[in-house]
Amino acid sequence: MQAGDTMTDVEPRQGAPRKTEVPLTDTAVLSAKPLLHIEDVSLFYGPKQALFNIDLEVREHSVMSLIGPSGCGKSTLLRCINRMNDLIPNVRIQGSVKVGDDDIYDPAVDVINLRKRMGMVFQKSNPFPKSIYENVAYGLRIQGVKDRAVLDEAVERSLIASGLWDEVKDRLKESGLGLSGGQQQRLCIARAMAVRPEVLLMDEPCSALDPLATSRIEELIFELKRDYTIVIVTHNMQQAARVSDFTAFFWMGKLIETGLTEMLFTNPRVRMTEDYISGRFG
Amino acid sequence: MARHFDNELRDLKFSLLAMAGQVEEMILLTHNSLMERSDADARRVNDLDKAVDELELRLDQACIDLLALRAPFASDLRLIASTLKIVPELERIGDHCTNIARRALILNPMPPLALGDGLRKLGEETLSMVRRAVDAFVNGDADLARAVIQADDSVDALYVDINRELLRLMLADPLTIERASHLIIVIKNWERIADQATNIAEEVLFIIGGVSVKHPYLQTPPDQA
Repeated sequence: MQAGDTMTDVEPRQGAPRKTEVPLTDTAVLSAKPLLHIEDVSLFYGPKQALFNIDLEVREHSVMSLIGPSGCGKSTLLRCINRMNDLIPNVRIQGSVKVGDDDIYDPAVDVINLRKRMGMVFQKSNPFPKSIYENVAYGLRIQGVKDRAVLDEAVERSLIASGLWDEVKDRLKESGLGLSGGQQQRLCIARAMAVRPEVLLMDEPCSALDPLATSRIEELIFELKRDYTIVIVTHNMQQAARVSDFTAFFWMGKLIETGLTEMLFTNPRVRMTEDYISGRFG
Repeated sequence: MARHFDNELRDLKFSLLAMAGQVEEMILLTHNSLMERSDADARRVNDLDKAVDELELRLDQACIDLLALRAPFASDLRLIASTLKIVPELERIGDHCTNIARRALILNPMPPLALGDGLRKLGEETLSMVRRAVDAFVNGDADLARAVIQADDSVDALYVDINRELLRLMLADPLTIERASHLIIVIKNWERIADQATNIAEEVLFIIGGVSVKHPYLQTPPDQA
């Protein structure tokens, strides 16, 4: 504290008022209600346990990053959210995963309908060997939508939302496979969005992309959270720090720490988290 | 797992300590220049200031390089971010020492004023605060950092007492006005050095705990968070 005023021949450094710290987190997500409720989830591949009693909530219109070393269970947990693990033989899941009030493991749940609510984007872009238009319209077509105007609207809306419209609007009939890697990934995001899911699940969506394409996807994630709730698995610490509101750190199938991204990356509570994000292990 | 980055962080800390060491020496020489009326020490302060300025530039660059190239997180990030803030505090202490030493060169040929022991105590207490703040940084000692912050109140009180004493002297004898005016500037600079030591101690607490302790009146009480 500076003592009483008096004459001085130096510039007082602290004369200018300092601003109070403003959290970098989008403050709206702090008051958002949880959409995904993962409660006491354990998963077994045959006799091997891959997830241990995971409790995690993801708030509406927020981005949650799942981080951790390879094999820690983050992608396994992501696949629990849209029941993709059902496709793997000998998988057993305990606990509950709810979207809103709906338990997605309720035997009465229609898995196809569930996956419409959970768009998924994979590590490697996987456009179908079809035109750009048909890639985006695919989800709606298999739902039985035939009305051309409805399809046109969905394709345009999704391509605009994925930031691809201006680049492809004049060649919608060309093959999706002719796009660059970054464009193909945004095409897959557009395809996932066409059926208006509630949640977007992204499994290392930028790991095969160059920095520029990565940057575009990250900007897109930032835009998309206005309309979607996003869960992203990433090995890139800087990416987790840049795009997510909340981060969860996993190790050996256990959730070690979760919290606001800015807190987890500046002042983690658990030593293991600190060591991992600082590159001391993993 | 040992990281190359750990060596770089260790080098950064060593460079900061080298700068702090230079600044401590400047404070000691500044104190001597006044108390022992040593013009030689006053001139030496001026010489050392250039070295401190050079270290500031070098450390600034090292911090920017580490931020850009290593993209640090958690305690690594806090250490580098706080170093970026501690360095200008040290540099500013050097400037304050230079200001005091300049006044010492003016005052030393004049007869001393009949002051109590406050001026000596002010210099000693300020030097102690800077030393302890640097020790707290080296040892990651939160208790010591908190003690430095508390000590600022006693320096402020000393400053106010001496200021009053000087005003009394000037009122009683106009012939003291020139010397007392210089001394008012001297004590203000000492007081500012103590503020800078407090700022360093606050940064040390941030490095250790990850929570800013600055401006407690702006902090939200836990029950209202």
